[in-house]
Amino acid sequence: MLSTGLLGAAVAPPGLDLQSSFIDLAQALGLTPGAARLLWLPLPMVLVLVGAVVGVLVSVWLERKISAAVQQRIGPEYAGALGVLQPLADGLKLVFKEDIIPARADGVLFSLGPVLVVVPVILSWLVVPFGQNLLISNVGVGIFLWIALSSIQPIGLLMSGYSSNNKYSLLGGLRAAAQSISYEIPLALAVLAVVMMSNSLSTVDIVAQQTGAGILSWNIWRQPVGFVIFWICALAECERLPFDLPEAEEELVAGYQTEYSGMKFALFYLGSYINLVLSALLVSVLYLGGWSFPVPVEWITGWLGVSPDSSLVQVITGSVGIVSTILKAYLLVFFAILLRWTTPRVRIDQLLDLGWKFLLPIALVNLLVTAGLKLAFPVAFGG
Amino acid sequence: MSIASSTQQICFLVLSATTVVGSLGVVLLPNIVYSAFLLGGVFLSVAGLYLLLNASFVAAAQILVYVGAVNVLILFAIMLVNKQETLAAIPGLLVRRLLSGAVCVGLFALLLRVALTTTWALPGPPPVGEEATIRIGEHLFTDYLLPFELASVLLLMAMIGAIVLARRDVFSTDVITGEPADQGLIEKDRTPLLIEKSANEPTLLSKP
Repeated sequence: MLSTGLLGAAVAPPGLDLQSSFIDLAQALGLTPGAARLLWLPLPMVLVLVGAVVGVLVSVWLERKISAAVQQRIGPEYAGALGVLQPLADGLKLVFKEDIIPARADGVLFSLGPVLVVVPVILSWLVVPFGQNLLISNVGVGIFLWIALSSIQPIGLLMSGYSSNNKYSLLGGLRAAAQSISYEIPLALAVLAVVMMSNSLSTVDIVAQQTGAGILSWNIWRQPVGFVIFWICALAECERLPFDLPEAEEELVAGYQTEYSGMKFALFYLGSYINLVLSALLVSVLYLGGWSFPVPVEWITGWLGVSPDSSLVQVITGSVGIVSTILKAYLLVFFAILLRWTTPRVRIDQLLDLGWKFLLPIALVNLLVTAGLKLAFPVAFGG
Repeated sequence: MSIASSTQQICFLVLSATTVVGSLGVVLLPNIVYSAFLLGGVFLSVAGLYLLLNASFVAAAQILVYVGAVNVLILFAIMLVNKQETLAAIPGLLVRRLLSGAVCVGLFALLLRVALTTTWALPGPPPVGEEATIRIGEHLFTDYLLPFELASVLLLMAMIGAIVLARRDVFSTDVITGEPADQGLIEKDRTPLLIEKSANEPTLLSKP
């Protein structure tokens, strides 16, 4: 995987390329190319990991503040300005809690479950692009890797549900697995329609195909139905509120998390928020043009009369790309939070009906229509 | 030895050790739930081996199909049917174990002989790497179309069979025995408690 990423970056398409600059610098300091690459490898991984965790802290704070605003409360206020340090306080509290394994639980599976839930989600950040070269690895199978990795999660949920030795946990685990299996299919079909238009599974190519005419070339105008399907399925995969049946408090205590405490519970919590931010980022990559600015940067540089290849312009373009990716993602996180605090929960049969009898046929029709439009108008639909 | 090749070698050793130990565990462990989870681990490490061979699409498909679908379904089946009962001792269990062990050892010896006597270094076509996705798609829609469609028909048949076995209530007679199916046991009619109550009692609205 990493070697393909290095190969992909070696072609050096235009745009900010931190990797080659870093390796050039390290070689100028007298290191061999191999050692320079070895030094480079952990840097983007650590950066993305830190970014993911900070993203979680921000979305937890947003969740608290927005829920408070929805319910006409003030929300956290004393921990830092506007309560921005409240998520940190929550995290610290969870770190210092006692780590309990119930007496009749299965210790090994009980500890392994949360890990299996979190690791695939973090691995999926591998393919999230923040710029032409600003991603860990431009894997050829890109978006398909994310779909495959997200299918590991139900095993972790089943594992923690089973090993807790508690009927609510088991029911929650079974519900979570059933839900994530059924919504994976319309999700994959919606992604497939986008992939069909961009002729590539790679996330970088998917964004590059949407950069022609700024906001007008974003996929959301060509795939409005796919966008809605993807967003509903992403919410269901993240177990956000219209679909949070696996942890429905009134019926199942807390679902598969019932017996967990301390850091293991924190892993579930972290995993669900990382997954939310990741889904929002992927919606922005697939449908909202990823890092591209609503007005193409080439036009702006043309109006200003500067060369788009000069290093200062490239740094500015790269930063604008990162900021617009994150802004689009957090706009979607905002909508997810609003949905959570304004919609009631669906029943399990309604959930499965929606997935299998509504979203799946619609997604199939969407795929078929996209294929037909691609044949009829190859200019607009990436022939 | 360069860093890349030694990393590759370490990954290969770890993955193959996981595969071998994991599959032994799947067969030998007495607890069926452990076996099922270990099976997921084995599938994952096989996907890792595909990745080492530069077949990333096959690796992702392996994870999606085997770990995400097959293994989850196995776990579902185990957890929904899992009755905590001790199995009755089968007579002659030791003889059976010895016999199946002998068959497995024989098969292993045969495979080992094939592995050692075959010359594996054949000049195959050059590896396609990232182009593999397109190549696999081309093959599936041209010369492998019939096997592909046959496999999907097989899956459809399995699915219909599973529905027939699991939901006998859709048929008035049992498919296998031909006897009238006892529908009452499978799905009770819902008795709407509130409506019946309110039919007997005067409602709030009708009160003066």
